[in-house]
Amino acid sequence: MNAAHLLAPLFSMFMVCTAQADDLRLPAGAPPAFQSECGACHLAFPPRLLVAEDWRRVMAGLDRHYGDNASLDEPTRRAIEAYLVENAGKPKKLGPSGTAAPGEAPRLTATAWFKRKHHEVPPAYWRHAEVRSPANCAACHKQAASGSYREREIVMPGGRRWQD
Amino acid sequence: MKALIPVLIGLFAVTAQAATPNEILAGYRAEAAKNNPRYQSSAELGAQLYRHSFGVSAKMPSCSSCHGDDPARGGSHVVTGKAIQPLAPAANAERFSDPAKVEKWFRRNCGEVLGRECSATEKADFITFVMRGR
Repeated sequence: MNAAHLLAPLFSMFMVCTAQADDLRLPAGAPPAFQSECGACHLAFPPRLLVAEDWRRVMAGLDRHYGDNASLDEPTRRAIEAYLVENAGKPKKLGPSGTAAPGEAPRLTATAWFKRKHHEVPPAYWRHAEVRSPANCAACHKQAASGSYREREIVMPGGRRWQD
Repeated sequence: MKALIPVLIGLFAVTAQAATPNEILAGYRAEAAKNNPRYQSSAELGAQLYRHSFGVSAKMPSCSSCHGDDPARGGSHVVTGKAIQPLAPAANAERFSDPAKVEKWFRRNCGEVLGRECSATEKADFITFVMRGR
């Protein structure tokens, strides 16, 4: 038993109390494949951005993953799904989920929460060459890779700060 | 010391997977030579393969669509916009250092861009080009 062991529970309690919307760090316990598979083509998205049922639907259709074949071997698929479901967002907070096209898997950029958070973003910004997709979090949230989405870290296309 | 043993075994398991780009290239060359004993990999053919517009995928017609025209400079995923680090080992030491990872991404990306698997000849040409640079 050393100081680190004693302080760890206190530290996690502190983290729970101070958890905010701009803190989307990945919860512990992600299988290694979460970064190497999901994170290869897009940001390894925070599980909290979709509800459990929506993650199950995403993970059930990886062979048609928004136009890509992102199939995984079954043990890897299951491990990633379990992590996402265990750490999924709360329906009450995210609101109704949404898709971009009928029959498509739910998108974390189409929840009521995501749309409300981004309603001030001009539509042209989403199509900007440096952005391309609302799922490209790191295009504007410069610290997204480390799970930090503070307003003061936002830099929009053309170098504009959020509060300019 | 006993506690260190699993760590040492783990380290060995990791380093056992590691390879150099030249070793991985040699593997594909040897495989290609089975069909054609006079085969020599070609950076020129690799460059053509890298930039050819296959037209199988509207969004990703060529390797360069996402990896960028210059493999030493990197690119970005055409759909998600995520930055893609350079493919050239000279610019990015992680590239072509894990045979399983190389095979996995050839399988996946050849399927996406060419609509089929790539041959050992194509893989050897591709790596020869990427190692040489533009």
